[in-house]
Amino acid sequence: MATRSEPRLQAIAAKPASPAWWRNPDVRAVIYQVLALLLVILIGTYLVSITMHNLEVRGIRSGFGYLDHEAGFRVGETLISYTAADSYGRAIIVGLLNTLRVSIIAIVLATIIGTVVGIARLSKNWLLAKLASGYVELVRNIPLLLQLFFWYSAITGLLPAVSAAVELLPGIYLSKSGLMYPVPVESPAHLWMASAFLVAVVASVFYTRWANRRQETTGVRPPVVQVVALLIVGLVAAAWLAGGAPTAFDAPAKSRFTYTGGASISPEFLALLLGLTIYTAGFIAEIVRSGILAVPWGQTEAASSLGLRRGLVLRLVVLPQALRVIVPPMTSQYLNITKNSSLAVAIGYPDLVSVTNTTLNQTGQAIECISIMMGIYLTISLAISLTMNWYNKRVALVER
Amino acid sequence: MSETQAFAETPVAEPTRVDLTRDWVRRRLFDGPWNSLLTILAIAFLVWAVPPALNWFFFDAVWSGGDPAACRGAEGACWAMVHDKYRLILFGRYPYMEQWRPFLGMLVLIAAVAVSCRRANWKLWLAGVWIAAFAVFFGLMWGGFLGMTHVRSELWGGLPLTLLLAMAGIAAAFPLSIVLALGRRSKMPVIRAICVVYIEFIRGVPLISLLFMASFMLPLFLPEGISIAALLRAQIAIILFSAAYLAEVIRGGLQALPNGQVEAAQAIGLSYWQTQRMIVLPQAIRMVIPPIVNTFIGLFKDTSLVAIVSLTDLLLAMRQAVADPEWRVYFVEGYVFIAMIYFVFCYFMSKYSQYLERDLYTGNRRS
Repeated sequence: MATRSEPRLQAIAAKPASPAWWRNPDVRAVIYQVLALLLVILIGTYLVSITMHNLEVRGIRSGFGYLDHEAGFRVGETLISYTAADSYGRAIIVGLLNTLRVSIIAIVLATIIGTVVGIARLSKNWLLAKLASGYVELVRNIPLLLQLFFWYSAITGLLPAVSAAVELLPGIYLSKSGLMYPVPVESPAHLWMASAFLVAVVASVFYTRWANRRQETTGVRPPVVQVVALLIVGLVAAAWLAGGAPTAFDAPAKSRFTYTGGASISPEFLALLLGLTIYTAGFIAEIVRSGILAVPWGQTEAASSLGLRRGLVLRLVVLPQALRVIVPPMTSQYLNITKNSSLAVAIGYPDLVSVTNTTLNQTGQAIECISIMMGIYLTISLAISLTMNWYNKRVALVER
Repeated sequence: MSETQAFAETPVAEPTRVDLTRDWVRRRLFDGPWNSLLTILAIAFLVWAVPPALNWFFFDAVWSGGDPAACRGAEGACWAMVHDKYRLILFGRYPYMEQWRPFLGMLVLIAAVAVSCRRANWKLWLAGVWIAAFAVFFGLMWGGFLGMTHVRSELWGGLPLTLLLAMAGIAAAFPLSIVLALGRRSKMPVIRAICVVYIEFIRGVPLISLLFMASFMLPLFLPEGISIAALLRAQIAIILFSAAYLAEVIRGGLQALPNGQVEAAQAIGLSYWQTQRMIVLPQAIRMVIPPIVNTFIGLFKDTSLVAIVSLTDLLLAMRQAVADPEWRVYFVEGYVFIAMIYFVFCYFMSKYSQYLERDLYTGNRRS
């Protein structure tokens, strides 16, 4: 038996003739990669050479030197001081700040509205659930740009002129030129109040940590919500009193044809904010709903049987688990808001794309302008992704 | 035994329909003070919002007349505007007498979609149907034979243009996205890096910047004397854009496929491409068809962005139609009209995707 199988074993043990080198998967992998790289480089150099030639023919000088030149155009709303005499570079920064401003506010508002609508869709209340799902279906199935145009046309076309502005709340006026609202008159007390607020927040964080430790060691939870509220309100109020308790408000006041004083929001900003918030809230509602549904019902039952109230069940048991499902898609919605804010160019809000587009039309520096625009968006996307990944790690399941 | 019988014999009043309804109302609407408050608020909102909306939309609306004067005194919507302008809204600046061609072409594309919706038709011949549908569509739109006059692509517009951008976008992006998805999962670092950079770059910038790139930078990339139409440039941007998003969807399907499938294919001696073509892709793509439909819905809505680079899609055609000074005040009707068109398309596609999701899950299970 053993002797009969020996030659066969030998045959197997003998190394077969090694295959030709081009059949070796490792060699092939290297060849494929070198070829792919060469192809990319070839296409790249071809495009660059043609572009260089085209630029030369058209007499366009490439480079970023134009950023220091005088822009010569005005920007409707700015967060930092800017005049037409400033440089293109500064104009682009103004645009970037406008993009960030509308994106951040829209992210906050859309998260709040989306969460409320998402929870409402799961409500036991039939009518409320149907209303919420009607909202979601409606806003998700109509293009954002259409909604933006609609809001902008509605604000500038249907609202009364500024001389007949509607008073929404005392001191707050809405008209086709936007929203006007009162602001407190600048005073040194505000700086004190802001510092007091920061101090109160830091103190609250330390207090909460101490309270948690105390609960873990003694089983008795010191009052947290009350103390934190008292700290924040008390310290800020104290700073306000110490600063001389300024009560002056700069309210919009009606002069003959228009309003003076106060602060205002442009109709472009209002339309963009409204459109972005309402549209994205529909998507966030779906994310929140699926996140909550992803938590097994047994978790809720177990928490209820421990005697937790409905609100506590949601806060202590369901939400922390739902967040794990919610955070990754929420990240992409935040990215979407930032990218979609570029639709501002269609309704004339001076965001990054709009300002860069004006710069492009004036200077003809297409490649540089579009590269700057894309580079900035990529940086913002990366920053949001990193922040949310960090948060995601915090809420992720800690496995043993 | 005797107990069950006794129980069975006890006369129990059958709950009537009224009882059931009352019970349902109590459970779903008036379950405690908080819920009751919500219900009352919701009813108050409906009473406040619905009758005026219905009055505006139906009862007080002016439906036809062809004259803005007819709408002057009306309280409700001025559908006369849409009645007067619907050809312009739906077909843009396409020559008026020739508009049966885009209409027919549109029907052909929609018919192709209808054929693709049936799961029994998911065979190779379906690709042939789509090629034929696009050929008929382009033939009709372009013209120049069978007595049809040639119509330049600058004049194409309205709903057919929107459908073309979305459908050709997804169809052309599909093969590219498969290559990208496979490349991103490749073991070769250079190939993987190229695919990752491409996908993340496209997903990191807004579509509008790609459209700007297509309209301002693409002409610089071409040799002298060659120029491509604005429509084709926008179409290229949309294809490159959707390929990156589609690649990520397909990658999800690839990741969900158990590794045993690939190992089994290798064990019976299939090459890499044979494995992908015959084993991996058919299963992976099947799994992600619902998210592909969702990507398509997003793309369909995103095509409206071409309005910003002055292509007369449905949105811009409508805006041009209401720019007529006579009808300008009735812009809301225009927006509502095209919003309904977008809504109908997107709503049915999303319902279809939900149906598929349910259907495919049972289909994957072994009976």
